Amino acid sequence: MWNLLQIELYKISKRPRTYIAFAAITAIVAIFQFAFKADGGSYMNLMLQSVQDTFDMDKSKAINGYFMCYIILNTLLIQIPILVALVAGDAISGEANMGTLRLLLTKPISRTQIILVKFAASMIYTIGLLIWMALMALFVSLLIFGADDMLIFRVKGDESQILLITKDDIMWRYFAAFGYAAVALTVIAALAILLSVFAENSIGPIIATVCIVIVCTIISNINVPIIDNTIKPWLFTSYLVGWKGFFYINTNADGEPIKGSIENWPAIRNSLYILLAHIFILIGAAVFVFKRKDILS
Amino acid sequence: MIKMTRYLFFTIFICSISLLGKAQDISSLILKAKQKIDKVNDYEAAAKMKTNVTFLKVPIATVKVYFKKPNKLKVKSEKGISFIPKGAVSINMNSILGNNDYTVIDAGKDKINNIPVRVARLLPNDDNSDVVLSTIYIDEITNLILKAKTTTKENGTYELEMSYGKYASFGLPDKIVFSFNTKDYKLPKGVTFDFDDGSNKNPADKAKAKKGRAEITFSSYTINKGLPESVFL
Repeated sequence: MWNLLQIELYKISKRPRTYIAFAAITAIVAIFQFAFKADGGSYMNLMLQSVQDTFDMDKSKAINGYFMCYIILNTLLIQIPILVALVAGDAISGEANMGTLRLLLTKPISRTQIILVKFAASMIYTIGLLIWMALMALFVSLLIFGADDMLIFRVKGDESQILLITKDDIMWRYFAAFGYAAVALTVIAALAILLSVFAENSIGPIIATVCIVIVCTIISNINVPIIDNTIKPWLFTSYLVGWKGFFYINTNADGEPIKGSIENWPAIRNSLYILLAHIFILIGAAVFVFKRKDILS
Repeated sequence: MIKMTRYLFFTIFICSISLLGKAQDISSLILKAKQKIDKVNDYEAAAKMKTNVTFLKVPIATVKVYFKKPNKLKVKSEKGISFIPKGAVSINMNSILGNNDYTVIDAGKDKINNIPVRVARLLPNDDNSDVVLSTIYIDEITNLILKAKTTTKENGTYELEMSYGKYASFGLPDKIVFSFNTKDYKLPKGVTFDFDDGSNKNPADKAKAKKGRAEITFSSYTINKGLPESVFL
């Protein structure tokens, strides 16, 4: 199994498309960092709005490495599924397209093992992508912008809020958030592998995965009560942004943030369970279909 | 008829004398309070500031308060990010009593935390002044201002409640509770992509959202040691 995984990782590392994602992340993060270094104040003005009429606040302190990473993750974690699909969608269909799938199946390896190894390789790729993102968005931003307390702008129900997390209470939240994001993006990898089982070329499953993610994300962000209660809870995209829950710090009765706390851990835990259930169902379905598939290519 | 007119004039005269006497009385009380404040040319104070605004979830900030005569006041955060209420400049009583260009009206007596106080309304003589009206509540025994309400043209009404301790002889409080008006805060839609954890879907209390409170607790003052102008920039 370990040998198989090494072979899969080798195959992934030899494909040029693997590096498209890393290059894309580097470019996007660099653009964000440049834009905020040049004119981060405008973004702060947009977010603070009327608060500036009542309060004095040092905006230059607010645009720091931690805040930058949050902003980048907020934007990128919606696009990253596309980059994950690029590699995971190619897992089985790529072999079928190149005509190596039949050859692979003549080896003494079960079809279940093949799917699990392909899934594990995609998962490692996803984690690699997240580590790269953490390096670029968090550590490089900290080098450029420095470290300070972090502001979180949030809409909770009908209420807009500004949360302040002190700088000694942030790093563990990022580790937790990246861990959560790894699980969330693994769902995309699992979906792409399932779709990949059905196809004979890579384009189909990649585009299908991206389309599913886009459609589900749009539905997840529509604020219509009937959708909120019926459809949204079933969509994995409703839980992709659950990493933010680690930054929703709990407050006491006076509205002061409680250091080291999370406002709603049960909601995050339940989201994680739902995402894990999606992974098991999707990979289970991929194994089920692949075992019964007549391989003709 | 002539008798009646005389009687009316006499009554008005007596009332005027009595009102004038009372006004002088409150003026001397204000003067005594001002004399205490006037002992301070500058100060640097270490304080903790607790901000209580519905939409703002911030921890207690460690701040430094700098003051220099006649009317310079700066609140600076010691570390990290702090939201300093803009009207905090009025926590300095000199901003209210500093220039003597106001008309004093005696507004009677009241009680603050069971302490009997005299109430004075100060009307600025300058039509262009941002302050429309200031009401101060002075403890007659200690000559200390326990409460002040300032209504401004631009920024609504500020309210200050002060409690004194070891710096009372300088008219400097140990604790100030500063109430102010805030504007409604609403983030632009579709910017934050929030995680809906199902908590608090109740509509926000709009009235509560428009009032803010900051509690400043002073731990120490360094008085009349001189301050460079640079701290106020």
